Amino acid sequence: MTVVRVRHMSVRFRARALLVGLGCALAALALGVLSIGGGDYPMSPADVLRTLAGNGTTAENFIIGELRLPRLVTAMLVGAALALGGAVFQALVRNPLGSPDILGVTQGAATGALVVVVAGGGTLALAGASVVGGLATGLLLWAVAWARGAHGHRLILAGIGIAAILTGVNGWLLTRAQLMDAARAVLWLTGSLDGRGWAQAVPLAVTLAVLAPVVLFACGPALRMTELGDDTAAALGVPVRRLRTVLLIAAVLLVSVAASAAGPVNFVALTAPHLTRRLTRAPGPNLAAATALGAAMLVAADLVAQRGFPGHQLPVGVVTGAIGGGYLIWLLATERRAGRL
Amino acid sequence: MIESSPSAKAAAATPPAPPARRGRPAARLAGLLVAALLLVTVCAVSLAVGAKQLTLAEAWGGLVDPDSPAHAVVREMRLPRTLLGLLAGAALGVAGAIMQAVTRNPLADPGLLGINAGASAAVATASAFLGVTTVGGYVWFALAGAAAVTACVYAVGGGRAATPARLALAGAALNAALYSYVSAAMLLDAASLERMRFWTVGSLAAAEPGTVVRVLPFVAVGLVIALAVARPLNALALGDDQARALGARPAATRATVIVAVTLLCGAATAACGPLVFVGLLVPHLVRAVTGPDMRWLLPACALLSPVLLLAADVAGRVLGRPGELQVGIMTAVLGGPLFLHLVTRTRAVRS
Repeated sequence: MTVVRVRHMSVRFRARALLVGLGCALAALALGVLSIGGGDYPMSPADVLRTLAGNGTTAENFIIGELRLPRLVTAMLVGAALALGGAVFQALVRNPLGSPDILGVTQGAATGALVVVVAGGGTLALAGASVVGGLATGLLLWAVAWARGAHGHRLILAGIGIAAILTGVNGWLLTRAQLMDAARAVLWLTGSLDGRGWAQAVPLAVTLAVLAPVVLFACGPALRMTELGDDTAAALGVPVRRLRTVLLIAAVLLVSVAASAAGPVNFVALTAPHLTRRLTRAPGPNLAAATALGAAMLVAADLVAQRGFPGHQLPVGVVTGAIGGGYLIWLLATERRAGRL
Repeated sequence: MIESSPSAKAAAATPPAPPARRGRPAARLAGLLVAALLLVTVCAVSLAVGAKQLTLAEAWGGLVDPDSPAHAVVREMRLPRTLLGLLAGAALGVAGAIMQAVTRNPLADPGLLGINAGASAAVATASAFLGVTTVGGYVWFALAGAAAVTACVYAVGGGRAATPARLALAGAALNAALYSYVSAAMLLDAASLERMRFWTVGSLAAAEPGTVVRVLPFVAVGLVIALAVARPLNALALGDDQARALGARPAATRATVIVAVTLLCGAATAACGPLVFVGLLVPHLVRAVTGPDMRWLLPACALLSPVLLLAADVAGRVLGRPGELQVGIMTAVLGGPLFLHLVTRTRAVRS
């Protein structure tokens, strides 16, 4: 832990965590340059950088500014929002597996979106409905379990139950749709960045700009103190109940808005905080580093999804699902051996 | 036959039934008879209710008289559907009961632990990449998928040391991973999407006589195996050492249960898609009446699970008119709240 003091102000940080966070952010940017350089009109990284600096030809400006950059920005923001939301969830539930994927929040967002797909509605309605669905699920989880003082395993089990019910409902909604709509819905359910542009990136950027400072700076230090246990944290002056409520709402919003932009991309919210903990070797939530890593993960996954299988463009959710699923099973095995589960 | 001590100890895992309810064999036998009667009633209703409403007499006529106007509807559509409901219900209920016993876990359910999802993933592979479209073809893939996930969830969840939460988490993790795979498989092939999106909800509507015949042998063998391990499972409820002292072989019993669960869940999932909560719900309801003795619990589950599944199916037909609500939705909507209740209210789960 390094402490920098300037007069009355002091900032504490872990050098390693800071380096990991910066490294991940740089990796996300580098992968991004690589990613927008590829496609039917290949460009070298130098050309990409020159165009981004504003010195490109008209064609290059159009291809990058209108086609490839929006998708990349959406990918980064979705990854960052999912990872931050997931890290907050895991810290709140105090379980390495308490991510929104497992607790049913992403399924709730999907239910909202599917209702719009079946009823027929535009992109904006779909985004709004998925946010409403995610919030409603978070509220339900809170009402069913949390408000009655259920923590830890009980809360997770309640979330698993809600997720199972919603999975059934989602399947039913899928059978109600026309085949073309159903294909669109399945694509959305898997998580895809195809055709995403500024229309999706801007609301997400606004959400992140508002919520990230709240979570990182206003609540982060207090959240770290709740790791000591509720009683100890309360004795240290943390308003535990209020903190939980604010963080829960923020995390649900982050995840739902991310899901409304690109669909519930699997496992990013679950794995990014874990990998961060392994990289930083620091206990606690590690929120900022996790956010950077989430952005890097999604950009990398999208790169693999676009280029990994020549002739096929897979939705990004398939890549994160396949990698994340394997990682999760390995994680379950090791966490059990270490007795942390 | 007096209650033996194994079952008394097994009560520790579940809320103990009041002594008066434990009942003597005569009372329990009567209970089984009532369950059988209920099952017959529900079957009759399932034959009569649907898009074309029949009276019970018409339904009976359609069943036995080839000249009856209802013959085609009853024999070709509703009879296979009812029989499939019987088989799948019995399979899932008994699988749930023996899983709850062997893992000493009140929350074990083939759907929640991902076993049905494993079968789904295998069937999705067969459907999307290998061009398999018949239930007869699905069954083998479903069995392989169910076997792989059963072994996996047991190993990952921690085998004998598994706690309810750990197993449920392992199952939820596998569920999430497998369902994302299933959607990917559906995306790559539009024809497969058209078939699979109805199958993945869980429905009895696709039943035809051939389906029942294909599934029957697997379910029958699975049920026989499950009933055969009822006594060792009673002993196992005492803990491994005590069970060994009583002459049971814990490792062999566990292996047998895994085989039975694989057969039952694989066959049921191949025929009607992944159904959640049936295997969770029925054993809990039944245990409240019979007590934890597996020798009574398993037959009662085999009779009452189909009652629940068929009743849910009939309710789906009535509520969803003019179409129908798939039985998978009905069981999720009925079973979900019970699961939440078990998790948040009772002492079944120790946090």
